Amino acid sequence: MFKSASKPSPSTSYTATAPGSGVAARAFEVRKVYGEGDASVAALDGVSIDFGAGAFTAVMGPSGSGKSTLMHCMAALDTVSAGQVFIGDIELAGLGDKQLTKLRRDKIGFVFQAYNLVPTLTAQENIELPLSIAGRKPDRQWFDTVIDTVGLRDRLGHRPNQLSGGQQQRVACARALVSRPDVVFADEPTGNLDSAASAEVLAFLRRSVDDHRQTVIMVTHDPVAASYTDRVVFLADGRVVDELRNPTADDVLEEMKVLSARSVAGTDSGR
Amino acid sequence: MFKVTWHNLIARKLRLALSAFAIVLGVAFVAGSFIFTDALGGAFDGIVKGTTADVEVLPRGAGQFDSFGTDARTIPASLVAELSQLQEAEQVVGTDQVQGVFVISKEGKLIGGNGPPGLAFNYNELTAITGDRILTVADGQLPSARDEVALDVDTADKAGYDIGDEVTLVTPGDPPTMKAVLTGLVRFGSEGGLVGATITVFDDQVIKDLFFDGKDVYTNVSLTAAEGVSQVQLRDAVEGVLPEGLEALTGDDFAADQQEIIGEILGFINTFLLVFAAVALVVGTFLIINTFSILVAQRSRELALLRAMGASKTQVNRAVLAEAFVVSLVGSTVGLGLGYLLAIGLKALFGVIGLDLGAADMPIELRTVLLSYVVGVIVTLIAAYLPARRASRISPVQAMRDDVALAETSLRRRFVLGAVMVAGGVALMVAGFAGSGGRGLLLIGLGMLAILLGVALMAPVLGRPIIQALGSAYRGLFGTVGSLATENTLRNPRRTAATSSALMIGLTLVALMSILGQSAKVSTDKAIEESLTAELIVSNATGQFFSTAYAGQIRELDGVASVTTFRQAAAKMGDSQVYLQAVDPESLGAALQLPVDSGSLRGFEDQSVFVSSTRAKSSNIDVGDSVKLNFPAGPMAFDVAGVFPVGGAVAGDFLLTLEGLQRSGIKPEDSLLFISKEPGASEASVRAGIEDVLADNPTVTLKNQKEFADEQKGLINTVLYIIYALLGLAIIIAILGITNTLALSVIERTREVGLLRAIGVSRRQLRSMVRLESIAISVLGAVLGVVMGIAFGIALQRAIADQGIDVLSIPWPQLGVFVVLAGLVGVLAAVLPARRAAKLNVLDAITTE
Ligand SMILES: Nc1ncnc2c1ncn2[C@@H]1O[C@H](COP(=O)(O)OP(=O)(O)OP(=O)(O)O)[C@@H](O)[C@H]1O
Ligand SMILES: [Mg+2]
Repeated sequence: MFKSASKPSPSTSYTATAPGSGVAARAFEVRKVYGEGDASVAALDGVSIDFGAGAFTAVMGPSGSGKSTLMHCMAALDTVSAGQVFIGDIELAGLGDKQLTKLRRDKIGFVFQAYNLVPTLTAQENIELPLSIAGRKPDRQWFDTVIDTVGLRDRLGHRPNQLSGGQQQRVACARALVSRPDVVFADEPTGNLDSAASAEVLAFLRRSVDDHRQTVIMVTHDPVAASYTDRVVFLADGRVVDELRNPTADDVLEEMKVLSARSVAGTDSGR
Repeated sequence: MFKVTWHNLIARKLRLALSAFAIVLGVAFVAGSFIFTDALGGAFDGIVKGTTADVEVLPRGAGQFDSFGTDARTIPASLVAELSQLQEAEQVVGTDQVQGVFVISKEGKLIGGNGPPGLAFNYNELTAITGDRILTVADGQLPSARDEVALDVDTADKAGYDIGDEVTLVTPGDPPTMKAVLTGLVRFGSEGGLVGATITVFDDQVIKDLFFDGKDVYTNVSLTAAEGVSQVQLRDAVEGVLPEGLEALTGDDFAADQQEIIGEILGFINTFLLVFAAVALVVGTFLIINTFSILVAQRSRELALLRAMGASKTQVNRAVLAEAFVVSLVGSTVGLGLGYLLAIGLKALFGVIGLDLGAADMPIELRTVLLSYVVGVIVTLIAAYLPARRASRISPVQAMRDDVALAETSLRRRFVLGAVMVAGGVALMVAGFAGSGGRGLLLIGLGMLAILLGVALMAPVLGRPIIQALGSAYRGLFGTVGSLATENTLRNPRRTAATSSALMIGLTLVALMSILGQSAKVSTDKAIEESLTAELIVSNATGQFFSTAYAGQIRELDGVASVTTFRQAAAKMGDSQVYLQAVDPESLGAALQLPVDSGSLRGFEDQSVFVSSTRAKSSNIDVGDSVKLNFPAGPMAFDVAGVFPVGGAVAGDFLLTLEGLQRSGIKPEDSLLFISKEPGASEASVRAGIEDVLADNPTVTLKNQKEFADEQKGLINTVLYIIYALLGLAIIIAILGITNTLALSVIERTREVGLLRAIGVSRRQLRSMVRLESIAISVLGAVLGVVMGIAFGIALQRAIADQGIDVLSIPWPQLGVFVVLAGLVGVLAAVLPARRAAKLNVLDAITTE
């Protein structure tokens, strides 16, 4: 039903999946267990997955399947119970808080579902924040490119509370991109937005992949959002259960139906 | 609704603790002041009652004067035998009491002597009205020979003397110091200790020989009643046989008179402490208002939810107030306990200046308890009312929104209100300066309070440029972290202002005191430099009087041209106590150039007085008038020969001649000697000669002009340090207030902190962000406070310029140090909140609701 007017023309980029130029982030046999004993929940139960550099990947799955957990573990916000996580060729295990902080600052960008911006800072200051925290000067040309890609040049002086939700998320994306991180993680970046605002944000992420070879990994529940990506990975009960390449919204919807039917059957038979 | 309140309290232990401690500290100060003065009063009561017998016979009028200047009158010893005939009397004992006998410790230090008296008397076995013996022998034997003494247990202990040791004593008689063997220790009957007083016991005949020229006289005669005889019956019986000039007082009356005299001093101390309690409470009120405002703001969503579920405005209002009430009860209780500790601290502080309470009780009177709760609860409820009212205005629909904004009264309205208060305060201060005495002071105090509150209201606006200036420095020095901190400080101007206002009030007073103190010191220097002509001065640093023998001995020395003696005493004019200085008019000119406002020193004779300009003004006295001064021995009339300005070398209300003072029945004891050397004499040899005379006595020392000025300034410093110590508590409250606000802000910004961490802000950067915010708040308070302090300081100095502080001197470096210290205070206040912020788990912070 959201068959999108704003869906990009499929001509150029869909084929550019997994361009062989290496792996931007990798999970290997990752387990994440919350709680202890009987009350323990394995949010991730042996996830192994490679995210290719310069690709736009979607992570999908039912609520509680471990998507956010995977994002957090990969983005150095949380530690894994077992297994390994790599950003580029750096393994996260064994890094101290200082090194993790530095890693997040220099190599990772993050976009949350909401509350992405520091309310006291203007849009521009928010965008420049990761760089200025690191004491680095923004690369003017890249900054301008990012700003133009986001299309917010006339709003740079505004504070978050003077921006719409979609604008705020685009600012958040710009912030995630401005330091040229190796990977950008986005956890339901369009979850709070209507379809038009979603399209703005997704188009922006797509362009950053196409034009600047950015690696983007995005969690979403929305098949239309997933259709912007090069590859969709499906999680269920903390495991990777399937994946699609160059998906259309219909493909995704279809796959979701299949998976949910299978999982219901699976749970039933398990009992 | 009550259930919700209760649940909130339990669920938010941390916030409860944070908001309670503002109350705790304010109440602690009030309770501490009262507990301490009660302890002081109790100890003095103990001494008075513990030394008073059923009936006391004294020279008429002697019981109504305090001990500043000794009554020279005595009672013939034969009276004891006469009174012993009375059937109503059981014990009849003559006492010779001498003031100003002090013990020098083994290390050569004076014991006590910083205000509390050094008493000497002959031993007696009297029973006091308390039913206890006044003195008991604790160890050893009573002295029986001229070179023997007994000391009270505490004094001997402090001085490090054991029985058999040779004790050095300073006396007001001749010779001024003596040595005697310690034969025994006596214990004073009352439990509360001696409040720093020292007791030396002599043999009956020895004390007469030493201090009463060997005459068979007593300073007072005490009687205890026989079985079944009341105090009044005994007194009436005694009155019947008393000769002219003596009077008999019942023990109760005598004790009441003494307590009244002491009560005036205690009342002064209590008022003094309560002023600081009031400062602490005002500061505390700011913090409570601030804390509850923040708490309500943070909970506004929950309150809106309550409204959405059908709670009425009144219910929401009541819920917040009920919470405040419970918090205030807890806070008051803890505050009361802390007040007890504070009283112990005050005891130590006052112990430093010699007011030693020993093992005195620290009584927690019902009055103290009630007052603590009343103050704690009322202040909290008032402080919580404003945020509560705001909370009740939250509309139900706001529960649905992400960020609930409370209706804030506009900054402009606050600013105008603040300006009005400042104007009112200025008017009050002007009125206060025009008025006089306690009323004037009260008006000035209220005026200052109004101005401070007014400025606190204006602070969100006034503070902005200061924070912005600081912010640009931050940005330059600390980059992004600096600007984040600046933005955080600016995002909630009212919160920032209220938090720093607490510090502002403390610092205003500190700056004010430092300016007045500095002005007083500079004025002292100037007065001494301008008026003093004598090269050398002998004085007692603790203000005790000393033997007249020194003046005589120094006069005999080679190279000494003249010795000018000053004496002091207290008398009454009408109902009010006045202080007298006496000097020999002949030698006055050799010591100092007494500036005279009107009249002439030529007319200065034994029946005339000079009056100070302040006393002349307040009592409406002029040259040529006659004034009547009441002494223990009776009234004396003097002609006013002139008016001298306050603030020179001469203090007090009246200046009379030595002879005039002696005629009034005051025993001669010196307070100051001004010495001029002969033109040819070497200063070094004159000094050496005088120091030889003063050897053995550590209390009376020789100074040159500069050292004398330093000694005077040292007294000013002592007062300043006590005031700083007390104001320090207000500043501690302010520091805790900053900690409190920052901690609550960090909780409030949990999500933001998580976000910052997620995008790469390190723990260290986060800590310095919180620290910089704290420093900004502190420095804002300090700058406003110092500015206010300077304004008040200038105004007060101008107002009291005619009372001896005639030079305005602003200690700029010191004020600068205060601001820098405030910055350090900020660092200190930020330690815990910063640690808390840095410790937040990134993920928890991001996912928090
Ligand atoms: N802090 C935690 N403590 C305990 N269990 C947790 C915690 N965080 C997540 N879980 C559990 O881990 C599982 C995966 O949660 P996760 O948030 O990754 O799901 P999700 O796929 O992102 O779901 P949604 O689509 O609803 O966001 C869930 O069963 C959840 O209950
Ligand atoms: Mg999720």
